[in-house]
Amino acid sequence: MKTASITMIIGSALLFGLFLYPLWSISLEAPQYPSGIGMYINLDGLEGHEKHDIQNIDGLNHYIGMRKLPKDDEMWEFSVFPKVVGGMAILGIIIGILGFFKKISYNWFLGWLILMLVLGVLGMIDFNNWMTDYGTNLDPKAIMKMTDDEGNPLSYKPPLFGSKDILNFTAHSYPALGAILMGAGMFLTFVAYIIGLKKTK
Amino acid sequence: MKTIQKLLLGLGAGLLLVGCGNNSNDNSSGAMASSNAEQVYVAPGEHDEFYAFMSGGYSGNLTVYGLPSGRMFKEIPVFSQFPTNGYGYSEETKAMLNTSFGFIPWGDSHHPDISQTNGELDGRWIFINENNTPRIARISLTTFETDEIIEIPNSAGNHASSFVTENTEYIVAGTRFAVPNPQKDMPIDDMKGKFKGPLSFISIDQETGRMNLDFQLNMPGFNYDLAHPGRDKSHGWFFFTSYNTEEAHSMLEVNASQNDKDFIAAVNWQKIAEYVENGGGKKVAGTYAHNVFDESTMTATTEMKEGVISVDPREVEGAVFYMPVPKSPHGVDVDPSGQYIIGNGKLSTQLSVYSFEKMMKAIEDKDYDGDAYGIPILSFESVLEGVVDSGGLGPLHTEFDGKGNGYTTFFISSEVVKWKIGTWEVLDRKPTYYSVGHLMIPGGNSRKPYGKYMVSLNKITKDRYLPVGPELEHSAQLYDISGDKMKLIYDFPTHGEPHYAAGIPADKIKSQSKKYYELEENNHEYAVKNEANTRVERNGNEVHVYATTVRSHFAPDNIEGIKVGDKVYFHITNLEQDFDVPHGFAMIGANTSEILIMPGQTKTIVWEPKREGVWPFYCTDFCSALHQEMQGYVRVSAKNSNTKLRWKLDEDWNE
Repeated sequence: MKTASITMIIGSALLFGLFLYPLWSISLEAPQYPSGIGMYINLDGLEGHEKHDIQNIDGLNHYIGMRKLPKDDEMWEFSVFPKVVGGMAILGIIIGILGFFKKISYNWFLGWLILMLVLGVLGMIDFNNWMTDYGTNLDPKAIMKMTDDEGNPLSYKPPLFGSKDILNFTAHSYPALGAILMGAGMFLTFVAYIIGLKKTK
Repeated sequence: MKTIQKLLLGLGAGLLLVGCGNNSNDNSSGAMASSNAEQVYVAPGEHDEFYAFMSGGYSGNLTVYGLPSGRMFKEIPVFSQFPTNGYGYSEETKAMLNTSFGFIPWGDSHHPDISQTNGELDGRWIFINENNTPRIARISLTTFETDEIIEIPNSAGNHASSFVTENTEYIVAGTRFAVPNPQKDMPIDDMKGKFKGPLSFISIDQETGRMNLDFQLNMPGFNYDLAHPGRDKSHGWFFFTSYNTEEAHSMLEVNASQNDKDFIAAVNWQKIAEYVENGGGKKVAGTYAHNVFDESTMTATTEMKEGVISVDPREVEGAVFYMPVPKSPHGVDVDPSGQYIIGNGKLSTQLSVYSFEKMMKAIEDKDYDGDAYGIPILSFESVLEGVVDSGGLGPLHTEFDGKGNGYTTFFISSEVVKWKIGTWEVLDRKPTYYSVGHLMIPGGNSRKPYGKYMVSLNKITKDRYLPVGPELEHSAQLYDISGDKMKLIYDFPTHGEPHYAAGIPADKIKSQSKKYYELEENNHEYAVKNEANTRVERNGNEVHVYATTVRSHFAPDNIEGIKVGDKVYFHITNLEQDFDVPHGFAMIGANTSEILIMPGQTKTIVWEPKREGVWPFYCTDFCSALHQEMQGYVRVSAKNSNTKLRWKLDEDWNE
C-alpha cells in the first residue's frame, strides 16, 4: 500500500504543473508569419507565444468580426479553474497520505480519478462552448463576411484538438506541458489504484 | 568611316585598360560562370553571410547590402534629408541636421567604421564622417538608425575620418582642406605657414556610445587625407596621411604635386590624451552642434557647444612625428598585427611599407631628417621596411585578409593587386571595372579580417549595366579571395558614391536587430497609447493632433475647426506591436515630406493649410487589406470662422 500511496501522491502533485506551465497552445501559421503567432491557455488567463501575440491575433480577427480575446478578469473560468485544480491536487495528496498510513483504502484513489475525469470533461465542454461562441458569434458589421458553399457564415472556431485551415491560416490546437503533466499525473493515480488492487489480493 | 572611328576608339580604350598589368582569364562564361553564380546565389528566403555597410558618398547616407548576393536592404539616412521616411523633415529629426551654420539638408558621407573591442568588430555601432561640413555620425546597429551627429569645429574637409581605435576609445576627424584656425578674414595668398590642419579626437562613452570632442591637435596646414589606427603592438598610435605639404592654395593638381615626398603623421594619441587629462592644451574658440536622438523620447535635440581643447603638437614630447612618403599619399593602412604601416603614394607605382618597430627605434635614436614646423621628420631610410612594386599605377587603399596578404587598389590602372606581407612580392592582380577607389574586406580595419570576400568600390561605371542616361550609380565587384588567386564572381551597382565600406559577419549583429518599438517604452511628449486618448488641442493658431494608427484606420479620422493660417502638428503614434507593420501619413498640400511610423513609434509632421475646404489625408504604406480605406478628412474653414474644433472616429464627435 506504501508504493501505491506514494504513486498517488506524486500523481496528484503533478497537477501543480498547471500553475507553472500552460494547459493548451493554439498557434496560427501563414507565410507572412514566418515565426508563427499564437497563444497559450493558462489556468488563469491567456498569454501570447510572443509578448504582443494576443493583441496581434485580435488585430487579425477584427477583419472577420471576431471579438477580442478575453482578459483574465473577463471569464469566470480563469478564477475558478485554479481553485478547482489546486483543490483536487491537495485532495489527492491528502488521500495518498491517508492511504500511506492505512487510514483509507485504495478505492479512494479510483474515486479521486473519476471525480477528476468528470471535472476534466466538464472543463473541455466549457472550453469548447466558449470556442464555438468565439468563432461564430460575429460582429454583424464585420469587414469581411465569409460564407461557405451553402451561404452560411463561416465558423472561425479553432479546433479543440488537432489542426484546421481557417482562411489563410492553419490553426494548430494541442495540449501544452501543463496538460501533459496533468495527464501523466492522472495516469499515475490510476497506476496507484492498480498497485493497491494487486497488493491487497 | 564612323564604324572605323569607333573601332579605333574602342581599341585605344582597351589598350589603356590592359596597359598595366596582365589581364587574367575572362570568367564570365561557360562552366566557370555557373560556379561563380553558385557562389553568389543566396536562395529565396535565405540570408547573406555578411552585412556590408556602404557609404553613400554624396547621397549623405549609408546603405546596407548583403554579401555575397549584392542585394541592398536599406538606405539609412544620416546627413541628408530623406523624404522617404521623414528624416530631417519630421519635428523629431530636424535637429539631427543642425550645425553651427544652421540647418543643412545635405552631406557628403565617406568612411563607415564599426566599433571594436580588443581589435575585433563588436557590432555595437557604426560611425561615418561627413566631409563637407565636418561632422561624424553614430548609427545604432540595433535600430539601424542615426542616433547622434557631432560637428567638428575649426576643421574643413573631414576626410581622414571616422576610423575607430581598437577598443573604440576614440574616433578621429582630420582636416583635408587646411584653413585659418581660428577662422579669420585674411588674404588667401598668405596661407603658407598660417593655415592649420587640426586633427580631432572624439572619445566614445562605452555604455551609451555618446561622442565627446576631447581635443584637437593643431597640426601644420597640410592636407590630412586618410587615417588608420595602430592595433595590437602599435595600439595607442594613429597614422594620418597628408598631401600638399607644398601648402599650395591654387591649381593644387599641379602645385600640390611638386614635392617628391609628403608625410604620414604618426600620432601617439594615448600620450596626448594623458597630457590633456592632466590639464594640458588650451581651450580655444570653436562653435559646434551636438545632435542626439533619444530613443526613449524618439526626439533629437541640439546642444550648441562652445570651445575645444587645442594641443600644440610640439608641446607634447615624443607624441607626434612625420614619416616621409613618396608621391602624394592617399590611403594609410595598418596590417592586422599592427606591425606594418602601408603608405599608398597615389602618383606612384609603389607602396611604401613602414615598420612600427623601426619607427619606434628611429624615435628613440632621434634619427631625424629635419623637421616641419618643429615636428621631427623621421629619416625615410630608417623607417622604411619594404616596397611593394607591382607596376600598377595610382595605389589608393590597402586591406588585409588575415592570412598574411595585402590587397591594394590602383585607381589609374584600374586593378586590385594581392601581395604578401613580409616578402612584399606580388601574388596576383585582377582588373576592376572601372577605376577602383576603396576596397573592403569585412573586418578590414581590425585585428581580425574575415578574408573570404573582397569588394572593389569603383568610381566609374560606364557600360557595366543597362544604360540609363548620363548619370549613373557606381559599380562594385565582388571577388572570392579564399584561394591563392582572386576570383571575380559578381558585379552590382551601388547607390551614391560609396567611398569606404565596412563589412561584418551577419551572425554578429542580425539577432540584435530590433523588430519594433515597445509602445510602453515610448516616452514621446506627444504619444498617445490608445484610441480613447486621441484628441485635438488648439493653442492660438497652433493645433496639435494626437492621433494613432492601427490596421486599418487613423484615430481620429475626421477633424473640423481647423482654420486657414493654422499650424497643424500631426503627432502620429503607430499602435501596432508586430514586426514590419509600419503606417505612413501624408496630407494633401503639406509643404514637407510624408512620415513613415514604425510600430510603437511616434512621429510629427506640420501642415499649414492655405485654402478652405475639406482635405484628405491617408496612409502611404500599404499596411493591410484595408489600406485603401485608411484615410481621413480635415475640414478647413476661413480664418475668422466659428467652426467648432471637433474630431471623431466612426460615430460620435468629440470636442
